[in-house]
Amino acid sequence: MSSTIDNNLITRPEQNLGRVISSITAPVSKVTTTKRLKRSYRHIRAENVFRRTLVIVGLATIVLVLGILLTLVVQSMLSIKASGLSYVWGHVWDPVRDIFGAYPFMLGTLLTSFLALIISIPFSFAVGVFLGEYHPQGWFSNLLKNTVELIAAVPSVIYGFWGLAVLVPIVRSFESKIGVDPVGLGIFTSSLILAIMIIPYAASLGRSMIQMVPSNLKEAAYSLGATRWEVIRSVVFPYTRSGLFAGVLLSLGRALGETMAVTMVIGNTSLIPKSIFSPGNTMASVIANEFTEADHPVYLSALIELGLVLFVVTVIINMIGKRLIKGFTN
Amino acid sequence: MNTDRVGYKYRIGKNIGFQALITALACGCVVPLIFILVYILKAGITKINWHFLTNLPKPVGESGGGIANALVGSIIIIAIASVIAIPFGILCGIYLSENKKSKLAYWSRLCIDILQGVPSIVIGIVAYFWLVKPLGGFSGISGSVALAIMMLPIIVRSTEETLLLLPDSLREAAFALGMPFHRVILKVIIPCGISGILSGVMLSVARIAGETAPLLFTAFGNPYLSTNIFKPMQTLPLLIFNYATSPYNDWHDLAWGASCILLIWVLLLNIFTKLITRKWKVQL
Repeated sequence: MSSTIDNNLITRPEQNLGRVISSITAPVSKVTTTKRLKRSYRHIRAENVFRRTLVIVGLATIVLVLGILLTLVVQSMLSIKASGLSYVWGHVWDPVRDIFGAYPFMLGTLLTSFLALIISIPFSFAVGVFLGEYHPQGWFSNLLKNTVELIAAVPSVIYGFWGLAVLVPIVRSFESKIGVDPVGLGIFTSSLILAIMIIPYAASLGRSMIQMVPSNLKEAAYSLGATRWEVIRSVVFPYTRSGLFAGVLLSLGRALGETMAVTMVIGNTSLIPKSIFSPGNTMASVIANEFTEADHPVYLSALIELGLVLFVVTVIINMIGKRLIKGFTN
Repeated sequence: MNTDRVGYKYRIGKNIGFQALITALACGCVVPLIFILVYILKAGITKINWHFLTNLPKPVGESGGGIANALVGSIIIIAIASVIAIPFGILCGIYLSENKKSKLAYWSRLCIDILQGVPSIVIGIVAYFWLVKPLGGFSGISGSVALAIMMLPIIVRSTEETLLLLPDSLREAAFALGMPFHRVILKVIIPCGISGILSGVMLSVARIAGETAPLLFTAFGNPYLSTNIFKPMQTLPLLIFNYATSPYNDWHDLAWGASCILLIWVLLLNIFTKLITRKWKVQL
């Protein structure tokens, strides 16, 4: 059956000719009219159902996110009541004695994430400048761009496994050379892995931002006799500052929530890390390790509160990042 | 004059030095990826054979064994997650692209943004309370739901952005022919943007194929072959995590083989997506 009445008129003229002639000579037969009416009603009904489905789907996403937030808040209520503010400042995490202080894990998360950022930023900005300014086209830049994007595609558990097998021995020998405990597992190792993993986020954003710098600005600087480096430093970087910062924020959000690779190489102790080479734990890795072992409600609830903190922090960081990007592109 | 010449040379030298630094750093960040790829392929490719693909893992102390349970579990869990997330994601993308200015669309878009940034482990926790607890135990289906939540933002984003790129004249021409709204969307708009939508779907599948964290407390893992979605299930990433952190060499070998398969799978999906989008963009 073809879609509409109009379609019929267009596609089958001979048939319709008869109908038209008969409609002139005789009153329209009642059967065809009711048929057409029924078909239009069906279309209108289907249209309304479709529109309503779309609205429901749109609503469902909001319900989903609110549901996630609500679930986390409700389930961590027990721990919030039991520990209160000491949860944030407490230095001891001892499930056996029901003492839950998340400070060591928050410190671990911040240390790994910021260390990873410091290591990865020069690389990702370099990729951004290289692809955005020096070589926007050509087979080599295409290859580089796709390869850098592949870095984000490799599953984190594979990074973790590789880190365990390759990076940990390297870091261990490095540690014994500089005279700290040669553990291998620890904050430094996980920062290295994280740094590799978060390169593509700031890089691809940086590339697109740098490409958006208007060429008349750059050309004005060139015409004043500036070298390419001077143009990049005093035109491109200031112009794209907020965009580059947004890229850093998105990388940070990614690093904070990264679980598996970090869990595998950080060493998993609940003690406060003494240096960047000592083993520790991040919020995500604690949840991954202890969630299925949590044997009493307060313990479970304390772990969920970690998840809640993680959720809120990453959401805020991502929102600021997205706002900056939006402000930049407008 | 002399100082001018020196300053001039200094500036040119600085320029060249900076370009060299940028090039070196940009190429430098590819090195670890190549190292990882080569290492995993070298360690894993020798372990893969027919026996490895069709057998169950052996208990500690026996060498050999395979990862059939993880392969089957991964495929089932990803398939169910796709069945949940793809229609929902595409519909939501359509909604967002059709209603650019409405209040509900604004909030919905915001929520998709939020969802994109949620750490995967948090989604695991939520799926645990939504499905594992009410159903009374770890199950494959809860893992699927967790992964579907992770797929959603990617599909929605790619659908919305693709549809926004289509010219309004397409839609208007279809409406002018008297087509009802749902037919305009399903028969005109979606077929025109199918390449973008499909690439989003494939990217999301590639992303969740390697996700471990949300499966830790949902699918949980299972040393035996299980096709019952209401029972714990093994998946490739879970198997890699469990066996890689174990102290046994035989299990490490299994994990290397599994990593190799997972890596090839994910990379192929990514490269295939790139090729598809490139091919279809040329035709458009």
